[in-house]
Amino acid sequence: MPTTSPVSEQGQQAGPAAAAQAATRSTRGPTRRHDPDVAGLGRPRALAFVAPALLLVSVFLVFPAIWTLYLGLLDYSLTGAGAQALTFVGLGNYVSALTDPQFHRSLYLTLVYVFGSAVIGQNVLGFLLAWFLSRADRVVRSVLTILVLLAWILPGSVVAFLWQALLDRRNGTLNALLGTTDQAWVLDHPMWVIVIFNIWRGTAFSVLLYTAALTSVPRSHLEVARMAGASSWQQLRDVVLPTIRGHILTNTLLITLWTFNDFSPYLLTAGGPDGASEILPIYIYREAIIGGHLGFGSAISLLLLLTNLVIAVFYIRLLRTRSRGQEA
Amino acid sequence: MTPVVRSVVAKIATYVAVCLLVVFFALPLLWLAITPFTPQPTYRVSLSGFTLDNFAQLGDNPQVWPSIRNSLVLAGGSALVVIALASLAAYALSRVQVPGRDQLLYALLLLSSIVTGTAAMVPIFLMLFQLGLIDRQVGVVLVLTGGLLPAAIFILKDFVDSIPRSYEESARVFGASASQILRHIVLPVIRPGMATVGVWALVQVWGNFLIPYVLLADPRKQPAAVVMYTFYDAGGQPDFALISTFALVYSVPVVVLYLVVNRRYGFAFQGGIKG
Repeated sequence: MPTTSPVSEQGQQAGPAAAAQAATRSTRGPTRRHDPDVAGLGRPRALAFVAPALLLVSVFLVFPAIWTLYLGLLDYSLTGAGAQALTFVGLGNYVSALTDPQFHRSLYLTLVYVFGSAVIGQNVLGFLLAWFLSRADRVVRSVLTILVLLAWILPGSVVAFLWQALLDRRNGTLNALLGTTDQAWVLDHPMWVIVIFNIWRGTAFSVLLYTAALTSVPRSHLEVARMAGASSWQQLRDVVLPTIRGHILTNTLLITLWTFNDFSPYLLTAGGPDGASEILPIYIYREAIIGGHLGFGSAISLLLLLTNLVIAVFYIRLLRTRSRGQEA
Repeated sequence: MTPVVRSVVAKIATYVAVCLLVVFFALPLLWLAITPFTPQPTYRVSLSGFTLDNFAQLGDNPQVWPSIRNSLVLAGGSALVVIALASLAAYALSRVQVPGRDQLLYALLLLSSIVTGTAAMVPIFLMLFQLGLIDRQVGVVLVLTGGLLPAAIFILKDFVDSIPRSYEESARVFGASASQILRHIVLPVIRPGMATVGVWALVQVWGNFLIPYVLLADPRKQPAAVVMYTFYDAGGQPDFALISTFALVYSVPVVVLYLVVNRRYGFAFQGGIKG
């Protein structure tokens, strides 16, 4: 994905040795310098190719997004004083969000959710599954792969019912299985429920990505390590992990961003009980759509976006250090 | 521990872990596999008896088949638009230098996460109202497409990037025109990428609840994801016979499609996402 850019930039900026090294992995960096328009497309035609997509994205994505950000500066509500006269409150919404204890709790819960279910949960489980599946026998591999993929591709509305059936207080499968009666999982352990739910729902992506990544580890390197007497763990640590570091960062970035903006826990706990699992997207929904405080909700959206931006920049920095380190 | 004992222990630990994982991933799915065939279905998964009577409910409810058709229209329409526009854009962005291209794509990706979120729903609603696109499926397709395009361009651009430039260079040496290069060289090579993006878009739209829910008021135009939440009886209790069979029918197309394309092209990210 996007992470290819550091490599090509390196190819252009660094000396010939670095460019040659980059060329062994990617044909892009160096060739681009010879011919900026290899296909003979021409700038006008290239623009014509990009224009339709750009138009649609501008109208239906950029424009509403900017509108949302602008609403964050207004005292804009569906009911009450804010509905009659729009007043420009500048950073007022941001100040009240940043001083609101509910926002603090929500931000904290979001961080717990993202780290628990994505950065640790999906990432580690996804990698272990990919590692295990690459050497498992065919039956085990197909069964596990299909189950993991099903959890990922089933429609959200269906999945919501499946988890209701799993966790239901009186008739739930989990209570039947554990012999616990009248255990209300959703009420008693809401954060655990949504973290485990998201691991179940989203691990497939990491499995797919890491499976592809593991095929890029040269077999000969593993064989050399094995002949030198390295254990599985040592092979993993010294050969595999360094090779796929870029994939790990890309994967972590994507699943982090997706999990930050994930609204699906609403289908399980609705943010409750009493806000105990109210992560930011649900908090925004409750403020903006249910409560009608559109300006305030938009302001929190921007704060969420800024958090995402910081994370993205952090990951991209890490990637850049890596490719620089390799090519130096 | 001797090496033999250790390897036996490791084997057993692996088996236990695999069994636990199978149970973890399969357990929630049991309800979908069993309940549609149970007499008097509830949340309880039970193996008491086997019946196909529940499926008769599907014929009785007038919303069932139109909603599936609506889902097909929305998902198919969005997937086609996404494939067409994203391929063109990805090809041009990959092959012709534009300053600030990567930053632009990153910015769009980040924005796409708030537009699919709940806060942007109000601006989107107001805008479509002004455009006269409320309660029209084309409006839903356009909004969803706008949200999906950045990621689609991203994924496809990596597919195009992985085509060696020498292919096009040699074709040009032999006098091929730009459109011949497109049709005979680029298109065949990125077809798996287009399939990947198409199925990805289809799955996203097929399962999307929020946008059609907000933008379509007429029940006859609503897709399966929205209609599924209307299957409650007069007392407010979920109609499990209808919900379970409908859930199965609604899930099957997307699963089959995924498996077919997966078998045909493989969903490896080769040349795709790399570090």
